[in-house]
Amino acid sequence: MRAAIVTFPGSNCDYDCFKAITDVLHEEAYFVWHRDESVGDCDLVILPGGFSYGDYLRAGAIARFSPIMRDVQRFAADGGYVLGVCNGFQVLCEAGMLPGALIRNRSLQFQGERVWVRVENTDTAFTSDYEKGQLLHLHIAHGQGNYVADPETLDRLESERRVIFRYVDEHGNATDEGNANGSMNNIAGIINESGNVLGLMPHPERSVEALLGSTDGLPLFTSLAQRLATAGRSA
Amino acid sequence: MKPDASHGTAAAEAPRPRPGDPEITPELVADHGLSEEEYELILEALGREPTYTELGVFSALWSEHCGYKNSKPLLRQLPTRAPWVLQGPGENAGVIDIGDGYAVAFKIESHNHPSAVEPYEGAATGVGGILRDVFTMGARPIATLDSLRFGSLTNPRVRWLFAGVVQGIGDYGNAVGIPNIGGEVWFDDAYEGNPLVNAMAIGLMKKEDLIRAEASGVGNPIMAVGARTGRDGIHGATFASEELSEETESSRPQVQVGDPFTEKLLLEASLELIRSGHIVGIQDMGAAGLASSSSEMAARAGTGVDIDTALVPVREEGMTPYEILLSESQERMLVVAKAGHEDAVKAILEKWELEAAVIGHVTDDGMYRVRENGVIVCEIPGEPLVNECPTYVREAREAEHVRKLREWTPSQIDTTHTREHAGRVLLRLLGAPNIASKRWVYNQYDTTVRTNTVVPPGGDAGVLRIRGTRRGIAATVDCNGRYVYLNPRRGAMIAVAEAARNIVCTGARPRAITNNLNFGNPLKPEVYHQLREAVLGMGEACAAFETPVTGGNVSLYNESPSGAIHPTPVVGMIGVLDDIDQHLTVPFKDTGDAVVLLGRNTDELGGSEYLKVVHGIVAGDAPAVDLEAERRLQELMLDLNARGLLRSAHDCSEGGLAVCLAECAMTGATHFGISVELNDDLDAAALLFGEAQGRIVVSCAAASAPEVIEAAAGANVAAAVIGRVGEKDGRFEIRTRTGASIDLPVASLHEVYMTAIPRMMERPPRVDER
Repeated sequence: MRAAIVTFPGSNCDYDCFKAITDVLHEEAYFVWHRDESVGDCDLVILPGGFSYGDYLRAGAIARFSPIMRDVQRFAADGGYVLGVCNGFQVLCEAGMLPGALIRNRSLQFQGERVWVRVENTDTAFTSDYEKGQLLHLHIAHGQGNYVADPETLDRLESERRVIFRYVDEHGNATDEGNANGSMNNIAGIINESGNVLGLMPHPERSVEALLGSTDGLPLFTSLAQRLATAGRSA
Repeated sequence: MKPDASHGTAAAEAPRPRPGDPEITPELVADHGLSEEEYELILEALGREPTYTELGVFSALWSEHCGYKNSKPLLRQLPTRAPWVLQGPGENAGVIDIGDGYAVAFKIESHNHPSAVEPYEGAATGVGGILRDVFTMGARPIATLDSLRFGSLTNPRVRWLFAGVVQGIGDYGNAVGIPNIGGEVWFDDAYEGNPLVNAMAIGLMKKEDLIRAEASGVGNPIMAVGARTGRDGIHGATFASEELSEETESSRPQVQVGDPFTEKLLLEASLELIRSGHIVGIQDMGAAGLASSSSEMAARAGTGVDIDTALVPVREEGMTPYEILLSESQERMLVVAKAGHEDAVKAILEKWELEAAVIGHVTDDGMYRVRENGVIVCEIPGEPLVNECPTYVREAREAEHVRKLREWTPSQIDTTHTREHAGRVLLRLLGAPNIASKRWVYNQYDTTVRTNTVVPPGGDAGVLRIRGTRRGIAATVDCNGRYVYLNPRRGAMIAVAEAARNIVCTGARPRAITNNLNFGNPLKPEVYHQLREAVLGMGEACAAFETPVTGGNVSLYNESPSGAIHPTPVVGMIGVLDDIDQHLTVPFKDTGDAVVLLGRNTDELGGSEYLKVVHGIVAGDAPAVDLEAERRLQELMLDLNARGLLRSAHDCSEGGLAVCLAECAMTGATHFGISVELNDDLDAAALLFGEAQGRIVVSCAAASAPEVIEAAAGANVAAAVIGRVGEKDGRFEIRTRTGASIDLPVASLHEVYMTAIPRMMERPPRVDER
């Protein structure tokens, strides 16, 4: 696996993603600056968390105009894998690469805490190393993670099994109480139609080492690494 | 004198008043916070009357905030050296060696007055300023902590302040991407009109990357970097050195507005600049802005500067030199570059979408010279300006009513109710805002970004791993202002002792402190007494624990129309863990483990939260503190942990032993019951809820308990197995010899502890309630 991590001005989880891939997975990763025109020779692009352009105007709204985003779109259209975490998810939605939008949390506050998330679909390149219905304890750290979409989009996402992660309570039920930020259908992460672009609000890269309290994010990266190893660089 | 290349020979022209400058009158001098005697000293230093611009510069540099005029003689008595201290007081931040080639820069700073009038921006810019202090040393910020004080949460305005401050700290730190790893929040009527907002930042660097804020190298260009200069925050340093009054609301324009996005860019650009070798010095344009940063950098290097305000990038037209020098616009840096490297500096800033402009150069004549389009408007000998701020030893006299309060003894209250209903009292204390969980606060902070946080907020101290090593660092901020109010010297000792206990409870060795001295008006003898005694007490404790003071901040004049705050000398302490895998946390780990109390229970109740919450009294003496015994306890903890005997550890502080045990039982992922028996022959109130110092509750495997007790005996520390960890979700049971007992489901403790503050904040504060 060789991951290109896009740094926008204001990204602040770029280094965390880099360390998760290089130090923990022992795979390759490099940074791409937002003004670059190409993502380079990679088989995964990560749009990391943070506050690109200060989240001014709307989270992710300005980053989508960055020069690099044209090539990220091209890369995805060619079937390349793209992972958007937190602010990266917001950028993917703003760029139209994923449907829906992320608005302010129901609490109207920034929320930094560990929440329960259920894996809904393990038939994707991002989740094959998880068990179906597996409960994950993952960090969220966002003020605008409340997923909204129109009813038709929600129906489509559900019927096509494109809701990949859902907020749940500690018993694994998608209750209102277990809904971390008020997202429609408790949605924490979705995938595009082709199955190569995933966006999620929780931070899998913060849960890859036992020392830091949880390794529940690790299978997301190992799933990808395994898929890419099988598929070869040119996929 | 070296001829000035760009502006001809300097000394020929004396500074002249600019057209439109106000006339220097005694009233104008007084408005600048300068006394008649101080003005005489200015006349002497200049040999003439100052211009308006010069008066403004003196006013800022000779304010308490920059010049420490009322605290310097006291601060000189603090211990500042140890073999591991790489940089002591006097720089942007202190620096200590943590081993393996790494160093940690850290400092605490207050933003009390801005937060009192504009809580969101006041607190946010406080975080911004302290982050800049750390990264200008060459260190990448890796954590923040915050120490906050407010009035009672029953007051809607206090809720507005509290909510605004927390959101401001969160929005700024979260956006820059620095985890908050700990803090403290206190609520007491003493802070009603004057909240305290102290922010601490920690940065990590390779030892060789340490850079100092010096303007060295005659002829080197001086550059303004980062955000443009606007009219915001003019005279913030002087504002911070006055009492808050009814008119303070009109000072809101003096509160700066923060932009964490620019801060993040400035952080990355500054670290890149420092590593690039293109610069010789860098300093934040913080309090008193360009005036203090440029004059202080020159004074440290023993040089002079010659700058032209017309070259400073500004946000608005028509700004005068006075305004440009004293603006406290945020996210700006002053950089001294190597001659000929200006373009390289600009290129780095441009990459990060920031500006850099050459505004002057370093000279060899020791003068602080400022021009406007080449015309000199300010020319002050640097030495008196920066290093000869007049200092004062004020009259000190303890307030009579405080002396009387200390005479209070526990025999003056009836504790029958407590003995008969100890469980109810425990629940009441767990729901008291000073003790209840502060999750409502730290859930608004990103505590795990940068993926180094091993122990997040909520424990005794935050713990971070240091990547690429086996090491970790622990950090805490502590002060019980009520103790300091009742007994300033002892209270300050306790602040240091408690911080050290918090550090050893994570398995780390205490190494150094930064301090934030929040006091009232030092011209009042009772306040100066508090300041003097507290500094002395802090110094004694720091010497006893080998935790020198590496810097900090003094915030005086914390008064509002209702009087002075409780004296609050906040201690920010750093400790080092040799092996991060051996870190300890608060919660009990397993049913059947032995619960061991290290230290001795006493009959003290003075200054306790119990006394305040249950009896409505603030009285008595602060708990006794024995620095030698504290040191032995610290060493014992480090020894026990190094031998791998401990499973958990928690400092016993506000709320006493019962609250400490409750926190051990219910703050982990699993809530455990406990079964504890206390055999001391003490009144139940003091035994369960008294705040005797020098106590830590640890747990260990039952089989290890004899070894722990033996080690304690060898270290001359009192120790006793007081019970065992019970079943998951079991009952929380404490029995005493006096018959008082507590028997509650642990879930009920958890419910009260976690929901108290969210319940009080449920009614969202509205702006019109201010």
